[in-house]
Amino acid sequence: MNWNIALDAPLARRKARGARKSASTQQLWSLVLRWAVRLGAGFTALVLAVLVGYILVKGVPNLSLDLFAWEYNTENVSLMPALVNTLLMTALSLLIAAPLGVGAAIYLTEYARRGNRLVGLVRIAAETLSGIPSILYGLFGSLCFVVALGMGLSLISGALTLSIMVLPLILRTTEEALLAVPDSYREGSFGLGAGRLRTTLRVVLPSAAPGVLSGVMLAIGRIVGESAALIYTAGTVPKVASSLFSSTRTLSVHMYAIASEGLYINQSYATAVVLLALVAAIHLFSAQIAAKIGGGTNGKV
Amino acid sequence: MLSACVSILAVALICIFIFANGLPGMMKIGPWRFLTGTRWKPSAGQFGILPMILGSVYVTFGALVVGLPAGLLTAVYLSRFAGVRAKKVLRPAVSLLAGVPSVVYGFFGLVVIVPLVRELFGGSGSSLLSACLLLGVMILPTIASVSESALNAVPESYYEGALALGTTHERAVFTVVLPAAKSGMLAATILGVGRAVGEAMAVMMVAGNRAVIPDSLTKGVRTMTSNIALEMGYAADLHREALIATAVVLFAFVLVINLAFSIVKRRAKL
Repeated sequence: MNWNIALDAPLARRKARGARKSASTQQLWSLVLRWAVRLGAGFTALVLAVLVGYILVKGVPNLSLDLFAWEYNTENVSLMPALVNTLLMTALSLLIAAPLGVGAAIYLTEYARRGNRLVGLVRIAAETLSGIPSILYGLFGSLCFVVALGMGLSLISGALTLSIMVLPLILRTTEEALLAVPDSYREGSFGLGAGRLRTTLRVVLPSAAPGVLSGVMLAIGRIVGESAALIYTAGTVPKVASSLFSSTRTLSVHMYAIASEGLYINQSYATAVVLLALVAAIHLFSAQIAAKIGGGTNGKV
Repeated sequence: MLSACVSILAVALICIFIFANGLPGMMKIGPWRFLTGTRWKPSAGQFGILPMILGSVYVTFGALVVGLPAGLLTAVYLSRFAGVRAKKVLRPAVSLLAGVPSVVYGFFGLVVIVPLVRELFGGSGSSLLSACLLLGVMILPTIASVSESALNAVPESYYEGALALGTTHERAVFTVVLPAAKSGMLAATILGVGRAVGEAMAVMMVAGNRAVIPDSLTKGVRTMTSNIALEMGYAADLHREALIATAVVLFAFVLVINLAFSIVKRRAKL
């Protein structure tokens, strides 16, 4: 058997025991491993199928017009106010976080000199921020914005908390996108006599736009799905927010509230469907953007 | 463009607020009694968070047992086994799974996993086991997608070299490619641990939330995160301070995990 001779070579580094294995044991192991891998992947696919399938099957029949009534009351358990609040919250958080995140990324890539100590510090800070669990953000938000700054349980407290939460996400993706812009673009622009600011705003930023956009989409996904950080900052009042300082509940918080009350199981299923649909839509959209850039390697992390 | 400093400022603010509010409480209770006390009875003035610390550790460990093998195998499959079509289906599925909000996971756990555990193992169903299963599912996509990019980063020549030496596809992947991606996969695991430790809502909905050290898999547990989320709404005075002190402990955990992650990541050069 030629096989055995050939097999000895890669295994020489390993233990002699392995080298003496017969070809048939090898084949067996390969088979076992192949199936283990398939099983693992199958498990993952199954989990998603069961999760989504179950919620769709139980939820879609319960979708009714009542759920989308403008006013919430205990009879219709409408999710409309929560949906509107979610949009408001998302818009407001992005309004705060996006300029900061993009600005920080521009500073880090375009302005800071290499080896600047501030750059390292910002990076460490952003990394720390992205690892903090959302409940800690919630606690911080309630201590800082709600109590110390006296904003109360309100839309603005929630939005501020969330904008700190998504800041590192936007910063990182924007930075990556800016770094991917070839230096020749910048040099060309400088060569034409443009200043640094003009180069950044007119040349570098537009060519990095899809990357920036995908960061923003990720942030939206996170904001929409967030609940723990909002319960103690934005509150749980199921009405459309009338001002920046009125308490609101977003769709996720709404979902949590009605699911844990346990009185409206059917409506919970339906709400879950809407929430899932929203997340999936955001996801699809950002995947499309990502595909347009041609799949950055680190985007998924 | 000094908006860069905002993130530094934010970290500093968070540290200051949480520590300034939490440490005095911890001091009042006594750090040692706080960390190792086994009784959490706010109404009786007893604040021991050992059950919650252990709860977090158990739940995280259980989640790893469930999520790690499946996550890693999925990554291997996606990176080295899947055909083009399977990849096209599975990869978006994994990233969608990562994007599902935790309340939806929690709800799913509440209506599916909890009754299932109740049927199969007895007890109330809201238990350590349910929490482990649910969290395992939640960290699976994180582990899968990060380790997949680690596996993809292994130079193709390693794999080809192994094949050229006459070994099979599977052996080449498991004995050559996997070891090369080891530290990337470790980083993925640590990220998964971070997510499991920090998860509050989903765990709260399925874990039963008894503030007692669980003595079996079917008993309820309470983690540090759910301790904060559950009682923050109505706590006052020392109780409130104790909750914030819990957050300090949680924060310390997270910082250690982050540190481990960035060290491993630097080594892996992800």
